[in-house]
Amino acid sequence: MVGATYALAHKLYPYAPVPDQSRTAHHPVIIIGGGPIGVATGLDLAQKGTPALILDDHDGVGQGSRAICFAKRTLEIADRLGAGQAMRDKGVVWNVGRVFHGDAQVFDFNLLPEDGHRNPAFINLQQPYFEKFLVDQLRAAEAEGKPIEIRGRNVVTALTQDAEKVTLTIDTPDGPYTATADYVIACDGARSPTRDMLGLSFDGRVFEDNFLIADVKMTAPFPTERWFWFEPPLSAKPQSALLHKQPDDVWRIDFQLGWDIDRNAELSETKIRNRIDEFLPEDTQYELVWTSIYTFQCRRMEQFRHQRVLFAGDSAHQVSPFGARGANSGMQDADNLAWKLDLVLKGQATEALLDTYHEERAHAADENILNSTRATDFLTPKSEISKIFRNAVLTLAKGHPFARPLVNSGRLSTPSTYDALGLNTRDELAGPSKTRPGSPCPDAQLADSYLLDNLPGQFTLLALNTEAPRVTHDLPLNIVTLSAGQITTPLRERYLGDAPHALYLIRPDQHVAARWPVATPAQVTAALNQAIAKT
Amino acid sequence: MTLTTTPNIPDPDSFYDELLATHQGLTKDQSDALNARLILILSNHIGDRDTLAAALNAARNVT
Repeated sequence: MVGATYALAHKLYPYAPVPDQSRTAHHPVIIIGGGPIGVATGLDLAQKGTPALILDDHDGVGQGSRAICFAKRTLEIADRLGAGQAMRDKGVVWNVGRVFHGDAQVFDFNLLPEDGHRNPAFINLQQPYFEKFLVDQLRAAEAEGKPIEIRGRNVVTALTQDAEKVTLTIDTPDGPYTATADYVIACDGARSPTRDMLGLSFDGRVFEDNFLIADVKMTAPFPTERWFWFEPPLSAKPQSALLHKQPDDVWRIDFQLGWDIDRNAELSETKIRNRIDEFLPEDTQYELVWTSIYTFQCRRMEQFRHQRVLFAGDSAHQVSPFGARGANSGMQDADNLAWKLDLVLKGQATEALLDTYHEERAHAADENILNSTRATDFLTPKSEISKIFRNAVLTLAKGHPFARPLVNSGRLSTPSTYDALGLNTRDELAGPSKTRPGSPCPDAQLADSYLLDNLPGQFTLLALNTEAPRVTHDLPLNIVTLSAGQITTPLRERYLGDAPHALYLIRPDQHVAARWPVATPAQVTAALNQAIAKT
Repeated sequence: MTLTTTPNIPDPDSFYDELLATHQGLTKDQSDALNARLILILSNHIGDRDTLAAALNAARNVT
């Protein structure tokens, strides 16, 4: 049977034969994989007017909550695509986390949401919902006539490329067909068949520890907080445990099982229930919704771009889940790639811009891998001495504030800043560090909107208490001018600091390209060209 | 000088990596010896006896 190896949570793109199956059609962009990253990338391209065809090997979203913690930056990207509100409405907002060692609380933290952001630091939302809301937005875009299409049960079985195009063989329940594309984006996950077809390696570190995930449905008296235990007082002595709330009264429970386990024995429902019964308060009624045992790797491809084939999401880089840096970084890949590919296809930038996708997102992947690896090492110390230090940190953290930042049960995902990378123009503003060139624009509440609402998927000149210069350039340039009276406190704190006025050039992915106290049209033009690798 | 117990190390995760890397490949005895040397080196750098006494106390008396 073609595709369809796992059960679905939502059937979102049932197989339907199309006329293309009896000829070889050409597309500007074909995306392999209709998961969160594939759909987000396709939607972004189509909203910019570049046609995108998404192929998925199933009819919809697989079961299992999988990625559940979605970060603020991801929600901001989803807002730009039009899917953010649905996610906020369904998702569970959390800010407080508690860390225990044994049965004693070591410390608690608050993600301390700053004022003046539309989005919370994190929401918990099962991955199938996240995907469904993106596909809902895809259908809305389709209805508006945007050039987006998704085909279910379309399995790419062969891929070749030459100087001009990529050629795909696609299998369907009605047999195979051929299609060609200017560019292909492989969003086909950690086991990427596309990567295998091109014979590309995926190297890094394998962690042998096994984790049991159990989603249980229960009405529980626990607050909506992330609770994490090192060496919880349970008879099976798991090294760690996690409890975290999801929508629909479903709770995620994780147990760290260790290296050498009998996988089949551990997956037995009786054994799982015994673990959960001991973990939860006595006589708690619950329903077992989903269970899974996983190990993980931290690894990445050497190059995310191979001529006309680009890799995004887990196909390009894989991390351990501590810190929620998997799907969240994949969404940032989509955010980074779509506008660049769009400009290249419109002839407004050269392929050099595609190389900067690799440059910027490999930089981000390295940051995510470093953070995930550190958390994994803290959770599962690999040597006796590292375990001694780990336990010393936990012991000291109870009584001494300095030890608490050292406790690492996951450094939660934040978007990367592309420091020292090629698309930035040198910082000319003595302004706050958090909005330096390369950084993602922090949101800020304005009088009757949020700043990010005013940064659509194109270049923007943001003039704060100064006039925007008149710039002539091929690229469409959105101008946002805010007078002194319109500059709210959060905006001032994040974008001006002590500077009385500023001019920001902001990229379509809402990252800062350049900033000055004031700038001439020539300076802005130079920064625009720099930001599209046109030097 | 009193003992500082609020966070005082820039990029603490990176420091923690360096500390563990310093022990990389050592036997238990070698690690113990390294730790002892490190304590003596850092104590000398601190110098102030009251601070050192407070540090000894904090390390010994944990809940």
